[in-house]
Amino acid sequence: MSKIDLGNLNSLQYDVLKELGNIGAGNATTALSKLINAKIDMRVPKVNLLGFSELAKAMGREEEIMVGILLLLEGDVDGMMMFLLDVSSARALVNSLMGKPLDDASDDINFDEMEFSALREIGNIITGSYLSALSDMTRLTIVSSVPSLQIDMAEAILSIPAIEFSKIGDKVLLIQTQFDDDSQISGYFVLVPELDSYDKILSSLGL
Amino acid sequence: MSETIKVGMADLNICREPDCLTTIGLGSCVGIALYDSVTKITGLAHIMLPSSKEIKNNSNIAKFADTGIVETVRLMEEAGAKRSRLTAKIAGGACMFAFAMKNNDALNVGEKNVRAVKKVLEELKIPILADDTGLNYGRTVIIDSNTGIFTIKSVGKPEKQL
Repeated sequence: MSKIDLGNLNSLQYDVLKELGNIGAGNATTALSKLINAKIDMRVPKVNLLGFSELAKAMGREEEIMVGILLLLEGDVDGMMMFLLDVSSARALVNSLMGKPLDDASDDINFDEMEFSALREIGNIITGSYLSALSDMTRLTIVSSVPSLQIDMAEAILSIPAIEFSKIGDKVLLIQTQFDDDSQISGYFVLVPELDSYDKILSSLGL
Repeated sequence: MSETIKVGMADLNICREPDCLTTIGLGSCVGIALYDSVTKITGLAHIMLPSSKEIKNNSNIAKFADTGIVETVRLMEEAGAKRSRLTAKIAGGACMFAFAMKNNDALNVGEKNVRAVKKVLEELKIPILADDTGLNYGRTVIIDSNTGIFTIKSVGKPEKQL
């Protein structure tokens, strides 16, 4: 039986989860920034317990088209990690990787195979740096799957982690970090550990 | 004026003429639209999981195929609809992300949801008139109580009317 009660997290537990988001996303943002050679700012992470219907709204509009990159986690921490970008950000990232002008960004969702593969690789690098920071901090082993990519409505993409949470309750605990640069690129990191993994994460940090 | 009433994730509702019911971004979840063509009483459920019996914390009956559909039917009957006249149109149950690595439950839950929905509808003897399920994309659905027309919108695909 799990010790942690998601409905009744104390402020210390919230702070620790927030710090996890901070360190993971900090590392990932640095990796992203190096990758495209531009300055990217990270917002203060949010740890929120949300109802299913509030989930997509926490990131914008429910029907907004987003690029979602999902990795499954195994090892000491089971669960999912998601990296979400709006379409114009994904376009800007791909353009910068392929040496096209950044301001060529559009909302065109038809990426070709090469561009898809570039996006998957971006997802791989960025989530990899998030997870390795997390793993270093907690000394837990985290093995991730190859990333899978989907472009669809925010609500449809987020229903995948939501379903995972729906097995244990009616709320989703979201460790969410938003990043953006001044112009074009903004997105979110979302970490979705399974309930038992929260115990492991928190106890590895002495809680 | 007709209103469009929104049904969220793990939620259900009913409406009467001339209103519509809609649910946004069905991924692996399934949307079940029920319609009585005589009274025009319409119901829509947005379920997330196949069965309330496999889960301990099952207080939210709108979350499961079994309890969600039964509750929608109950509300519709209470409003004056007749069970024998009800027909169903279903959508969703996609597999949003494909993984070769392992057979993760969360990833084929779409398929399980569709199977469970069909089974429950069969038990209730409600015929399925339209079925737009599976594949790998999200769907937004609208059911119109005036006509019973079920509209499905997806990203980068033409709108479907079933």
